[in-house]
Amino acid sequence: MSSPIEQARELFADEVVTKALSRDVELPYGAGTAVLITLDNGHDHTKPNTFGPGGLLSLNEAIDAAAARTDIAAVAITGKPFIFAVGADLTGVPLLENRDQAHAIGKLGHDVLRRLGELDVPTFAFVNGAAMGGGVEAALHCRYRTVSSGVPAFALPEAFLGLVPGWGGTYLLPHLIGAEKALKLIIENPLNQNKMIKGPQVRELGIADAMFEPADFVEESLRWAAKVVKGDITVERPEVDKGEAWDQAVNNARFLVEGKLHGAAPAPVRALDLVAAAKERTRDEGFAAEDDALADLIMTDELKAGLYAFDLVQKRAKRPAGAPDKSLARKVNKVGVVGAGLMAGQLALLFARRLDVPVVLTDLDQERLDKGVDYVHGEVDKLLAKGRIGQDKANRLKSQVTGSLTKDAFADADFVIEAVFEKMEVKQQVFAEVEAVVSPEAILATNTSSLSVTEMASRLEHPERVVGFHFFNPVAVLPLLELVRGEKTDEAALATAFATAKKLKKTAVLCKDAPAFVVNRLLTLFMGEVLGAVEEGTEPETADRAVAPLGLPMSPLLLLQLVGPAVALHVSETLATAFPDRFSVSEQHRRMVEAGKTQVFGADFQIDPEVKELFSGGGKASSEQEILDRALEALAKEIRIMLDEGVVAEAADIDLCLITGAGWPFHLGGITPYLDFSGVSERVNGAKFHPEGYKAL
Amino acid sequence: MPRTARDVVFVDGARTPFGKAGKGLYAETRADDLVVRVIRELLRRNPQLPPERVDEVAIAATTQIGDQGLTIGRSAALLAGLPRSVPGYAIDRMCAGALTAATTAGAGISFGAYDVVIAGGVEHMGRHPMGEGVDPNPRFLSEKLVDPSALVMGNTAENLHDRFPSITKERADAYAVRSQDKVAKAYAEGKIQQDLVETLVRSVEQGFGLASADEPPRAGTSMEDLAKLKTPFRAHGNVTPGNAAGLNDGATGAILAAEDVAAEMGLDARMRLVDFSFAGVEPEVMGVGPVPATEKLLARQGMSMDDIGLIEINEAFAVQVLAFLEHFGIADDDARVNPWGGAIALGHPLASSGVRLMMQLSRLFAEHPEVRYGLTTMCVGMGMGGTVLWENTNWEGNAK
Repeated sequence: MSSPIEQARELFADEVVTKALSRDVELPYGAGTAVLITLDNGHDHTKPNTFGPGGLLSLNEAIDAAAARTDIAAVAITGKPFIFAVGADLTGVPLLENRDQAHAIGKLGHDVLRRLGELDVPTFAFVNGAAMGGGVEAALHCRYRTVSSGVPAFALPEAFLGLVPGWGGTYLLPHLIGAEKALKLIIENPLNQNKMIKGPQVRELGIADAMFEPADFVEESLRWAAKVVKGDITVERPEVDKGEAWDQAVNNARFLVEGKLHGAAPAPVRALDLVAAAKERTRDEGFAAEDDALADLIMTDELKAGLYAFDLVQKRAKRPAGAPDKSLARKVNKVGVVGAGLMAGQLALLFARRLDVPVVLTDLDQERLDKGVDYVHGEVDKLLAKGRIGQDKANRLKSQVTGSLTKDAFADADFVIEAVFEKMEVKQQVFAEVEAVVSPEAILATNTSSLSVTEMASRLEHPERVVGFHFFNPVAVLPLLELVRGEKTDEAALATAFATAKKLKKTAVLCKDAPAFVVNRLLTLFMGEVLGAVEEGTEPETADRAVAPLGLPMSPLLLLQLVGPAVALHVSETLATAFPDRFSVSEQHRRMVEAGKTQVFGADFQIDPEVKELFSGGGKASSEQEILDRALEALAKEIRIMLDEGVVAEAADIDLCLITGAGWPFHLGGITPYLDFSGVSERVNGAKFHPEGYKAL
Repeated sequence: MPRTARDVVFVDGARTPFGKAGKGLYAETRADDLVVRVIRELLRRNPQLPPERVDEVAIAATTQIGDQGLTIGRSAALLAGLPRSVPGYAIDRMCAGALTAATTAGAGISFGAYDVVIAGGVEHMGRHPMGEGVDPNPRFLSEKLVDPSALVMGNTAENLHDRFPSITKERADAYAVRSQDKVAKAYAEGKIQQDLVETLVRSVEQGFGLASADEPPRAGTSMEDLAKLKTPFRAHGNVTPGNAAGLNDGATGAILAAEDVAAEMGLDARMRLVDFSFAGVEPEVMGVGPVPATEKLLARQGMSMDDIGLIEINEAFAVQVLAFLEHFGIADDDARVNPWGGAIALGHPLASSGVRLMMQLSRLFAEHPEVRYGLTTMCVGMGMGGTVLWENTNWEGNAK
């Protein structure tokens, strides 16, 4: 029977091993010989260094060799160009079969990395490039650290994915810089859309003892190390408060985690517990507790869902299913936007910024047109004021975004998108007018959220050029773009749409021309179940709270407020017309819109009394659990139907849409992994969405 | 109003350790990265010099393509983090590239166009072998403008033995052994290291390393060792890899400034640029170039070789140094000549070498306050020589 480590290595058979290459260097100032270890997986920076079992064992060998020597003054570790190391190799994690294997991987990481801090000679980490997770921890184990001011990303993203920084991170970091700053990296940033920090902040936080510019970072780090070795530099670090401040920091972070997740994801809580206990623990105790936490978490469904979600946004998003060959795409050298409202303005700004081509807005009303163009110019000024763009770029953007009262200005446009009132006849007429002036190949795109793209194209001479191009609000924040193929849409138009989406840096998901496409259909359904429960007689607060255990970014009623009750009602009506058996319109919702209410909550975060009054009545109150169950069951059923209808290629596309268009969390894997592991899929549909395990690709 | 020429001083120099081309230290390191390291080191060693006060960055390279292209003086200045307001250019006179960068930019200071310049050179002969991408005009041969041997430097060295029959292979080898010995001694005394900036080297197989010392020197080389070497340029010839400089990688740089500006900023002024001269010779004996260049210079200054206390002559080939010495009646082992050895031992990354000669001369001046004048001189492919006359700012006003 092979050891768990050997078993793990077999499971990681495809590991791209990051080798630890050792080379002697003469330290300046006669400080002696140092062993410089370079982490390098043999690929360029697009495939960063990671630690799998093979990589850890390679590092272990390098440390063995250094430990055996008596003629060296120091050991230093750095990365290949632009990359230090981005942490554990996660590709093999879903393959781990049992807790013993998972525990062995965690322990192997500790056993190897901790030696960097326990050699007889001083050890240095020269963080030359991106460092994440286990890469950061490798640096933390060293006695001293330097960081390049050019490091673009430095983070402990474990809690974001469903893990803890369990190769020493939860113990070493708070002991180095204090619990408050450590929790910023361990908890706060991962839960804040996996925010990362840069080189100068690494120095400011006290994680690195010195910072040098990228041009000759390693050389200057070696000079600095030589001075430390010789005693010419004494590294002084502020003493860490191991008293009340530590507990207070943990309590604050606990409050944050509870507020965001409502217990939905186990990893951040576990990380917090480790940091809390690290205060009193010895290193050995701390590391052993991390091993246990990793072993437990690696076996959780939430981690598997997290890794699947990570692959969705990192990989699937870049290779959209169903996209035609990109060689078919036509050039887009000028863009037209029909309408000059808020959405049109956001689109004009995005197109101008990302495509660097002229963008013309049209509107029938001069005042509205001016307002639209002014909005874009104002946003450009804001970018300029924030230093995000220079004066030249600002000048260029402003000169590129213009307005016109007539559609003649579209004559030489290659791509015209409409963002006018959501009414079929209006949109059909707009397209007819545009078609009259543009070339036969120009793409006509619609930002409709729920109307049929096929019908919109039906009266055109060239319906094959029409595509749905559905953005999510706020356009600058949410990456999703639902690309809708009408019945007659041809490959060239679709290819052009995908190429354009890519330039816009959006995540394009190909959807069939089905009512409300993906995100609005599912969110409306989900919200509809909650509103339905309210209509039946549940207190709105109770119903709104019912889905909190999922850890969604916002509650259903807050989402209703953000989308706008009127818009939400419109989509509900569309879907209720299309699928009367599964979608209905809440009469209370309708009355709220008729009453002109746009806000659900008051300034005190309580439900507005008038809305509460509108949401009262009915005789049958449901429990929170009942509401959660019915909402999830409705989702599972609807997704199954959507897949059968071919709305998207695979369940993975549904999840990608929910993550990038609605901000649904990684620990749910979007939603289908959660529906599978919580048993809802089988209960409702008789089968899982992912019977063979979650596969993002 | 008549223009007054300003005095120009050599402030400081620095260079990367030199490597062997091919599989040497810098096999996987970019040429422009070497220049960047040198420029940054010069600024680091001279914190009194505000970077925005650098008026020009003149960097030489013989092969100006790839990582030695893109107007390397400017691109290296940007990569080194100099303010964007600091301009730069690339310059080429083959082996005398850096020397020419210094004289050209120095002349600009004297003219009043600059206050402070950085001048240097680089050659990564591993990444850019001699003759890479050249396309000689066929007229050179059809009209017999040059001898076919003129483009191969080793052949020109063999030709020089023909012209100076008294310079035997044994004399050349003996000179080479002395060069190796002098470099070994200078290293032991820590002379050479003063101007080196340790430089990061990349290797995919071995990881990052640090170049801390020159790679080419072969301490302990004997006449017997050299006698065994082949003569690749001519069967039974005289020129061997042992009595010539190798193929090398490296970069050099120096700060030159108007003397009054250096004083105002508190910069060092190690030696003063007195004059310089370039001269052409038949390309097939390019090694003799320093002779007419130096004659021209001395004549203009009304000086003779007796006035010169130190000579830093580039050792592309031992025969070429010996031809110079023989012409001026200087002994092969004269103590004034290359006291710390030369390119036969240290290496000769073509366009970088001229500034190495200068930094070494400036260090020697400091140790020899009795010496007033010194030369840096070198031969140049296509048949040229270049000589620069320097005055020791430490000169104590007695002796020569």
